[in-house]
Amino acid sequence: MVDRDAVVHLLRRATFGPTAAEVDAAERAGLAGTLDRLLAPVGADPGAAATPAPDLGADPYAGIGKDSSREQRQQAQKQRAEQARGLVDWWLDRMVAAEHQLTEKLVFFWHGHWATSVRKVRSAQLMLGQLDTFRRYGRGPFEELVRAMVRDPALILWLDGQKNSRTAPNENLARELMELFTLGIGHYTEAHVKAGARALTGWQVDRRTGKARFVRRRHDPAEKTILGRTEAFDADSYARLLAARPESAAFVAARLWARFAGTDVPPPEPLSGANGGTIEVLRAVLTAPSFAQTRGGLVKQPVEWAVGAMRQLGIRPGKLPDQQRRELVNRLAGMDQVPLRPPSVGGWPAGPAWLTTSSLQSRMRLAALLANAAPAELTRRLAAAPRDDRPAALARLLVVDRWTPRTRAALTPLADDPRRLLVAGLVSPEYTVC
Amino acid sequence: MDILTRRRFLLASGVAGAGALAAGATAYGLSDLFDTAGDRDPQARTLVLVTLYGGNDGLNTVVPYADPAYQDARPELAYSADEVKRLDDRVGLNPALGGLHRLFGDGRLAIVRGVGYPTPDRSHFRSMDIWQTARPDRPEQTGWLGRWLDGVGGDPRLAVSFEPTLPPLLAGARSAGAAVPVTERKARRPVGDQTLAKLAVAEPGEPAGQARAAACFADLRAVDAMITEVRDAAAADEADDGGTDERPAATATGGARSALAAQLDLVAECVEAGVSSRVFSVSLGGFDTHADEKQLQAILLGQLDKALTAFVDRMAGTEAGRKVVVAVYSEFGRRVRANASDGTDHGTASDVFLLGAGVRGGLHGEPPDLTRLDDGDLRFTTDFRDVYASLLERVLDTDPEQVLAGWRGRLDAVLT
Repeated sequence: MVDRDAVVHLLRRATFGPTAAEVDAAERAGLAGTLDRLLAPVGADPGAAATPAPDLGADPYAGIGKDSSREQRQQAQKQRAEQARGLVDWWLDRMVAAEHQLTEKLVFFWHGHWATSVRKVRSAQLMLGQLDTFRRYGRGPFEELVRAMVRDPALILWLDGQKNSRTAPNENLARELMELFTLGIGHYTEAHVKAGARALTGWQVDRRTGKARFVRRRHDPAEKTILGRTEAFDADSYARLLAARPESAAFVAARLWARFAGTDVPPPEPLSGANGGTIEVLRAVLTAPSFAQTRGGLVKQPVEWAVGAMRQLGIRPGKLPDQQRRELVNRLAGMDQVPLRPPSVGGWPAGPAWLTTSSLQSRMRLAALLANAAPAELTRRLAAAPRDDRPAALARLLVVDRWTPRTRAALTPLADDPRRLLVAGLVSPEYTVC
Repeated sequence: MDILTRRRFLLASGVAGAGALAAGATAYGLSDLFDTAGDRDPQARTLVLVTLYGGNDGLNTVVPYADPAYQDARPELAYSADEVKRLDDRVGLNPALGGLHRLFGDGRLAIVRGVGYPTPDRSHFRSMDIWQTARPDRPEQTGWLGRWLDGVGGDPRLAVSFEPTLPPLLAGARSAGAAVPVTERKARRPVGDQTLAKLAVAEPGEPAGQARAAACFADLRAVDAMITEVRDAAAADEADDGGTDERPAATATGGARSALAAQLDLVAECVEAGVSSRVFSVSLGGFDTHADEKQLQAILLGQLDKALTAFVDRMAGTEAGRKVVVAVYSEFGRRVRANASDGTDHGTASDVFLLGAGVRGGLHGEPPDLTRLDDGDLRFTTDFRDVYASLLERVLDTDPEQVLAGWRGRLDAVLT
């Protein structure tokens, strides 16, 4: 039974939320086999294939020039906003449908790490491009990811890299690159920020093509001293310098540990020693002896909570009626987490910060929406269990180890009404953590 | 007036807070305990803390228009003597701050100059953490008003935020303020009150997050009760204005998405209804003006001006309102010299605004010297903990040293 506990714990952390069938299958495959399948899935993902990224075409605003009328501008802005909404809908659908769950969850992790918001970037095309970068480079060596990200159009626009030039350095991107994305605070000085900004000069986003390009005359080719090295740094060599620092490996490993294991139990030393890339660090996180002690210590992020619930209830958000899909996103906003719209470049909070009276109200309403959207077959199965066994059937459905007496007392009177039972289970304290 | 009377509540709370809370315990239970505190002391003051997220440019808010060093450092961004709303022959307010200019003229707005802390941190997050935790010297898990809340018993209704995520400043070690949404004021609950009550029960030995989740149900019921009272009290004359939710533009540095005015409206209703809350946290985001600053900042300051003046004027109209003190701050000012994107990068010291009960209007403290910069940044002249200490002592009737790790500084001339 110990093995089953470990498998369930692993699945709850490495997926958005496992279904009961996935738990059964993983138990048969064993802990090691399950881990391998999560970290290195074999073959194509039929769930991902069934949810292809939307074909967005060109940025609707690309054709807007000085001569465009006010109406044309408004129309283009409106299309942009619709595309951005559509991209959020698509990604939520993908998170639910993907069978290679850890692959998708890692993309979400990197999105929170390099937290970029479509509210300023304003282009669904560029946001999708950034997600593709996470898919391509997010599993391998960190250096490749950093090198790709300093040239990522969405990130450049988000942090004013667009305005950063030799004659007018803008520190925003360089500062956040070191503070939030690579080294972590305290491992660089203000002088390094200024020099780093100069290294990043010259990269410009062409809104029409959606590509970042290097404009030589805007670049500062002079020598810069960064972290004790003096050379004519450019974006690429600066990125390589940062990625190679041991502080970066430790910082990213700690972030992975915090999101996949939690912050109550300190990460084992040397978690960052794993070479070869993020997947190897993640393997070290998920196989650390202390990982088992972290059970129940993570507060689910709202997106994790909602996506997990939809997986377990058999709801595909992409197939919900428009109005419910809009409500889903609105409720996520009420819980303060909408994909592609992080509150700031610092990303989303963690732990008890999610647990407020305000977010609870949104969670209850979203739980009600999901319970109503659940297929009738599911509620029939819940109702088919003997009345006294229904809380246990609910626990199995939601992959909750066990209800506390508190929650069982809340669930028991609802046993005759499967949908209300579902709502109570989804908002229960036990289901709030993982 | 009788400080002992005002302290009665606090002393009683402090005892309960120290004794009744075990490790990992939450606000649950204390909410019930402090239901009785709803009949607040009519002398008790209320603090409304306004956080401007993103780093508001202090030099273009309170403008040293007559200082040649100011004009030289940011020729494109600077406001001229003709543009500003003059406060004296040296400084003036940003042209967007017409309402605050009037309040200043009436002696109701205090501007504390050059507020900051030693070895300034130019990271938004670290600096905002420093302002919210009031611990510049080391990382700290609790906010300064959260620690205050811990000390007064932890009833979440005592410290209310109208933002969806709890700001760190309201997070204590054993308790947390209540986050109440501005929108969705009335809606039918999909979960009945009996279920809420059952889920609110704490279970011994459960993980901290799970315990906090249970406590949220208790907090929600307590806040519900308070809001219902407020609604009933205000129902008579409440005209639904359609909830003008003018969402500020996206920013990379956080801040509330609801209009400041909507948040302050709700604060006003709560204050007028005499709720037990002593602290309200509201915010406006978007001040990270790295580029094209002048226009953007003017829009934001215009929103701030409109919302604040309407609130202060409304508060002046009732007895309860005249016990309210408003404090406005941002995590840092901006670099003195403009960057070449017509914006400014992260800087250091800035101004704090104080308005309301017992506030002595005028300019306070030393303005930083624009010719004696620290690597391009202003040197602070007033430590922000002096401001907090005075707010804790004069507004919240609390010994500041307990909340601020023994801090002894005060801003004596500003608050009575």
